[in-house]
Amino acid sequence: MIRLTSIDRTFTVGDEQVHALRDVSLAIEHGEYLSVMGPSGSGKSTLLNIIGLLDRPSAGLYELDGENVTALDDRQQSAVRRNKIGFVFQFFHLVPRLTAAENVELPLVLAGVPPSERSPLVQRLVGEFGLTRRARHRPDQLSGGERQRVAIARAMVMQPAAILADEPTGNLDQTTGKEVLHLLEELNGRGVALILVTHDAALGGRARRQIRMVDGSIQLDSGATRA
Amino acid sequence: MNASDTARFAWRSLWGYRGRTLLVILATSIGVAAVVVLTSLGEGARRYVRNQFAALGTNFIVVIPGRAETAGGGMGVLSGRTARDLTLDDALALLRTRRVESVIPVNLVSGEIWWKGRRRDVPVIGSTAGLMPIWNITMASGRFLPVEDPRRATPVCVIGAKIRSELFGAQSPLGEWVRIADRRFRVIGVLAPKGQFLGVDVDELALIPVTSAQVTFNLPSLLRVIVKTRAAEDVHRVADEIRRVIRSRHNGEEDITVFTEDSLSTAFDKILVALTLAVGAIASISLAVAGILIMNVMLIAVSQRTSEIGLLKALGAAPQQIRLMFLAEAAILSGVGGVTGLVLGSAGSFVIRQIYPSLPAYAPPWASAAGLGIAVGMGIVFTLVPAQRAARLDASAALSRR
Ligand SMILES: Nc1ncnc2c1ncn2[C@@H]1O[C@H](COP(=O)(O)OP(=O)(O)OP(=O)(O)O)[C@@H](O)[C@H]1O
Ligand SMILES: [Mg+2]
Repeated sequence: MIRLTSIDRTFTVGDEQVHALRDVSLAIEHGEYLSVMGPSGSGKSTLLNIIGLLDRPSAGLYELDGENVTALDDRQQSAVRRNKIGFVFQFFHLVPRLTAAENVELPLVLAGVPPSERSPLVQRLVGEFGLTRRARHRPDQLSGGERQRVAIARAMVMQPAAILADEPTGNLDQTTGKEVLHLLEELNGRGVALILVTHDAALGGRARRQIRMVDGSIQLDSGATRA
Repeated sequence: MNASDTARFAWRSLWGYRGRTLLVILATSIGVAAVVVLTSLGEGARRYVRNQFAALGTNFIVVIPGRAETAGGGMGVLSGRTARDLTLDDALALLRTRRVESVIPVNLVSGEIWWKGRRRDVPVIGSTAGLMPIWNITMASGRFLPVEDPRRATPVCVIGAKIRSELFGAQSPLGEWVRIADRRFRVIGVLAPKGQFLGVDVDELALIPVTSAQVTFNLPSLLRVIVKTRAAEDVHRVADEIRRVIRSRHNGEEDITVFTEDSLSTAFDKILVALTLAVGAIASISLAVAGILIMNVMLIAVSQRTSEIGLLKALGAAPQQIRLMFLAEAAILSGVGGVTGLVLGSAGSFVIRQIYPSLPAYAPPWASAAGLGIAVGMGIVFTLVPAQRAARLDASAALSRR
């Protein structure tokens, strides 16, 4: 599904060049469960952003479902992002003015799905994620775990092919973190590819395929043979 | 994202920052209200003048001494007393012109009126009986100036309602002898209260026969001559004839200015429309200020909502959509502000109409439409830059921030 070939990403800071990614090649199939670990600054988030089309590689080729997505313009990329990718962030990133249900609904609104089709979808997801009683609450009235559940429900509402989670447990205590991870794994079990960036070796170790990044390169890929 | 969702999302954002939203709405509404109120004053003045001319009818011509520099005439010539005199004989000569129904000589001078030791300054008009229908004069008591040979200096006078009450109190003035300047006049009538007419307070006037005025105040010239034609279609032909007659009487010199009702009222109309436009344009400057305020507020909003914008992008919002969201916010802000301004402005002109009932202070529709349009236009134009900034925002950087 995802095929990265010789991806480079350099940032210019002042007059210095920072190599966030160097010659990264990676192939991820539908429904895979993959964890990305590595020291801070090793390029994990940058990799995820490029996969999620939030960032463009400086060099290299990115194909998504056989399509060269690096060649697409911003508008086309946002359409791909909207339909194929769900994001889960460390800091939840819920819109504070909107209720839990409205946050879940937001991708549907942006996609222009008519309201009559939106509400059953949202209701079903909110129920599935055990948020029914919290549906009308605003983010600041929710616990961290609940917020992340809202964020995951939001990531799922467009039925993406892959969920990109950047330290989804980084802001939660251990128990809640585990619950959230189990939830993500359950979704993966239903066929959604899960790419999980984490610092926590215990959590990262649960993935069937593990990638270790150092200094912008993939140092170790437990599933590399399949690439 | 459909239009109603965009509007709803924009509204939620605005509601999320109520204080700021209210401030911008207030600023915009004040701008629009200023446009409405000021143009309603200009329009009120225009309608006032219009009404006054309409009251005169359309089949009259005004002749004044002196040559206006430009064909359309200016305000100065209306009061200017220049060059050669326009005499009562000139006026009476016009009576012999074809299609002329009547000729009303008018003079105006400021004098004093005395009765039993009471004294009052008074504008004195010298004219003839013909003035009564032209000015739509009605009598409170007695009668107007007598129908007689205009060359007779009959010692009678008609006084305004205010003069009457100030000089005579409760007593009837009819038949009483008053002194105007150094001559005695018998009061034969009192005008019904009328207020301002053509810039003169009719209630404060004293009217005497035109020749009495010429003699009493030693006036060689008339202030103006009103010529009434038999039909409204005749005015231009009669006006040409008047010029010809006066030229032949004044050694070939055309030293008068002839106004027809339409030239007069269009001249005023032009001046007052220009005035209304100018005043509206000045008021619009406050809308530009509101526009700049909107720009600043939007720039602040974009930087405050950086991570939200990043999130919207991560959820699949195209740059175009982000831009549209901010423009929708601007449109709502300035639209609500504009409509509020229209309401405030209409209330303002309503109050003006209550205070000055004779001034029909209604904002012209074009001014209200322009005020609203400029407000929304400014709001949107000044939001283009902030909206573009939001649309271009680097989502990955925005999301890595907390
Ligand atoms: N927008 C940017 N501008 C400049 N440098 C950047 C930018 N984003 C990332 N970098 C640099 O690229 C490198 C990789 O950053 P990245 O955020 O991918 O690391 P990371 O592995 O996610 O680290 P962490 O575990 O701390 O989140 C770092 O050196 C970082 O400073
Ligand atoms: Mg990171």
